[in-house]
Amino acid sequence: MTFFLEVLIGGLLSGVLYALVALGFVLIFKASGVFNFAQGAMVFFAALTFVGFTEVLPGWTGLAPGSGAVFWLAFILALSSMIVLGIATERVVLRPLVNQAPITLFMVTIGLTFFIEGVAQGIWGSHVRRLDLGIEDVPVMFLLDNFDMMISQFDVIAAVLALVMFVALAVMFQYTKVGRALRAVADDHQAALSVGIPLKHIWAIVWSVAGFVALIAGLIWGARNGVQFALTFTALKALPVLILGGFTSVPGAIIGGLIIGASEKVAEVYLGPYVGGGIEGWFPYILAMLFLLVRPEGLFGEKHIDRV
Amino acid sequence: MFYREAGQFKASYQNDQQIFPIRQDQIGFIALMGFLFLVVPFIANQYWLQAVLIPVLIFGLAALGLNILTGYAGQLSLGSAAFMAVGAFGTYNFMLRIDGIPFLVALLLGGLCAAAIGILFGLPSLRIKGFYLAVATLAAQFFIVWVLVKFGWFSNYSSSGVITAQHVNILGVDFRSPEMKYLLTLTVVVVMALLAKNMVRSSTGRKWMAVRDMDVAAEVIGIRLMRTKLQAFAISSFYCGVAGALYAYMYLGTVEPEGFNLDMSFRILFMIIIGGVGSIMGSFIGAAFIVLLPVFLNVAFHSTIGAYVPADLASNLELIIFGALIIFFLIVEPHGLARLWQLTKEKLRLWPFPH
Amino acid sequence: MAREFGDVIIDLQNISLRFGGVKALTDISFNVREHEIRAIIGPNGAGKSSMLNVINGVYHPQEGKIIFHGQERQKMEPYEAASQGIARTFQNIALFKGMTVLDNIMTGRNLMMKTNFLHHALFWGKAQREEIEHRKKVEEVIEFLEIQSIRKTPVGRLPYGLQKRVELARALAAEPNLLLLDEPMAGMNVEEKQDMCRFILDVNDQFGTTIVLIEHDMGVVMDISDRVVVLDYGKKIGDGPPDEVKNDPKVIDAYLGTSH
Repeated sequence: MTFFLEVLIGGLLSGVLYALVALGFVLIFKASGVFNFAQGAMVFFAALTFVGFTEVLPGWTGLAPGSGAVFWLAFILALSSMIVLGIATERVVLRPLVNQAPITLFMVTIGLTFFIEGVAQGIWGSHVRRLDLGIEDVPVMFLLDNFDMMISQFDVIAAVLALVMFVALAVMFQYTKVGRALRAVADDHQAALSVGIPLKHIWAIVWSVAGFVALIAGLIWGARNGVQFALTFTALKALPVLILGGFTSVPGAIIGGLIIGASEKVAEVYLGPYVGGGIEGWFPYILAMLFLLVRPEGLFGEKHIDRV
Repeated sequence: MFYREAGQFKASYQNDQQIFPIRQDQIGFIALMGFLFLVVPFIANQYWLQAVLIPVLIFGLAALGLNILTGYAGQLSLGSAAFMAVGAFGTYNFMLRIDGIPFLVALLLGGLCAAAIGILFGLPSLRIKGFYLAVATLAAQFFIVWVLVKFGWFSNYSSSGVITAQHVNILGVDFRSPEMKYLLTLTVVVVMALLAKNMVRSSTGRKWMAVRDMDVAAEVIGIRLMRTKLQAFAISSFYCGVAGALYAYMYLGTVEPEGFNLDMSFRILFMIIIGGVGSIMGSFIGAAFIVLLPVFLNVAFHSTIGAYVPADLASNLELIIFGALIIFFLIVEPHGLARLWQLTKEKLRLWPFPH
Repeated sequence: MAREFGDVIIDLQNISLRFGGVKALTDISFNVREHEIRAIIGPNGAGKSSMLNVINGVYHPQEGKIIFHGQERQKMEPYEAASQGIARTFQNIALFKGMTVLDNIMTGRNLMMKTNFLHHALFWGKAQREEIEHRKKVEEVIEFLEIQSIRKTPVGRLPYGLQKRVELARALAAEPNLLLLDEPMAGMNVEEKQDMCRFILDVNDQFGTTIVLIEHDMGVVMDISDRVVVLDYGKKIGDGPPDEVKNDPKVIDAYLGTSH
């Protein structure tokens, strides 16, 4: 039982990270109707840019490597890069394609994925990097002592960090002026425009926020598994998360993430040994596909009625 | 000689429905075939045949398969490479396990395996569209490759699923030399491209396009969405499967499941975006473009800088150029290079009096 | 107009349709007789298009019965309706934008084509004969609607009025016995409307096709229809010959507006 709980909690914690990537998708989809396949590449870009800056900054500025100043400076620079990337994407790539078929927008973000990955590795190199956030990957002693459970302290802190972000975003959506405008845009572009909400301004904000979310996800993931190209594949698992949660629902992204994270770990540990292991690679997709057959609109998405 | 149809009157519907209605196109096609079959094998060197022409033909066929599904029937797939893998491993197993089976029969059966799997993974398309479907096809991509790696039976228990293609011998003729491999590949590809052309210009193709353009209206005039979509999935996967088998038998000789990865699926998608979504010729133009681009890059670098590009930089440069091209084409010319060719022809037809 | 009509071809009884909590149609009953031109009128959002969607199986009403050719119809998908001779056009043109006029109209024949994709792949013998045979029928429709000159044009390039005509052609190519027209004249100028009226009357007259149409132009409706159903907020408020409906105070109130 303890072992099962360990697996389950471990899965839930990695699910939080999937949810974090999925959140980036949802934000952009809600605001602009674009299914941004490049969100995973953005996570990779963000992590690589951050690590890259922590490597070069001491040489440029004379700050001590690994110091807090380097960390925060790199963070700010990486965040600025993400914002520039987001706004540039919106301006150069998506604006000329306004009113195109969703499938065209989707394909253009696949092109964007390649472009971002190429640029990131072109600038910072293709080798695997270590990313140190200063949080040790050791079991939480309290749980180990009292319940005999091995739960990584790093995972717990990462999950808490992610939850803080969810709450912060929820508050922003609910109570600020920008948040209200965002919700209005998500609801109906035309109507939002007609009451004077600057649509392009809002899109720029959304892409920036998505960039910020990508950076946080990239940092946590990079610290866990190293910053490498494989990150983009892990980030792809946000797609089945979205199918489960629906493309337009923030709580859906979170719950979908938790379900995918937990079920793939449980399946790997309990089913994997019978079929040779490695089923984590496809399990979320097959789960999502089967789920689609039963409930195409997702757990929280709205049912769509075709009008003719 | 001018490219125009003046003086070519169609006196019957049969004439009007020919595969190449304009005489210059017929002549052009025959000339192209004559060149590819009779001239190329004698003038092309080994490098051109093996590293350029054969892969262009094979990827063109795979792109054509995806184009049937995406360009004609409007269903996006990110799993083309996995269906190629099914075709390759299917053909391999038929060759391995049935004594004396003719290669072309094994190829056909391999393609049919891919078609069957294609139908299975096409089932979600009945309820979902667009990027939802794209995610479902990702399931095919990851699952199929995993199965081929994990279950040794498919690769006759070789390590990590590597298979080595058996030698191909058809009616006593050995297909070992690059020239022979090229000719066999070319024959299969040309025949299948013509069959595809026939399908898309008949009621099968009209049904696909109707579903693509407006599924509700299609259903209202009596087109059964389920049957039409699954048929497109099956035929598309069949084409990809045959391409995969040719990839193993005529191109690489030795393949592993991991070689048919997501990256390959994306490349095939890029071929149709750049070549032309909904165009048979575009599939081949796109394949030529994507296969030749790295070659071209290297040559360009070599002649300007005098050194070959480091592999690392080259692959990143490739990513950037592919990405930028996709974005460029989708914004500027969503119908790809084939459309530019089409426009040129239309202009020529009316030249010099366009009004 | 003293026109003779045949039996009731379709009889809708107490139809109610809801989308979630929204009531689109409430308890609507009316019938359509063979060979007549039946108009459905009403203000925007009255449920007219929903009514057509119920008839050809795009929507499935929660309550009510549909008697089609004397038999109660079970839940039916649009392609089944098509195979029983129901064709239609749409309010917002639903042509296949990437295809030529000819190919669009040819899709209307698909139910009558018996060859499969293997025949088509070879395009030889049977498939070619069939293609030519149906092409002949399609050319008759093209001639009837006077669109010969645009047959090879992609429909996306055509002006609105012609697109409407092509859509009618596609429906006619199916040789329907019940034709549903959703605002066939919307957005047309006077000449185009006159042409369209003539086509509708000719179809009704020459082929004996029963027609149900939705139209906003009252002049047209009163001119060409035999009986009129009036809907308002998803309820039926009037039903009868044009003259009768025109003078019904309830209808005047709800739809035509009171003249002051």
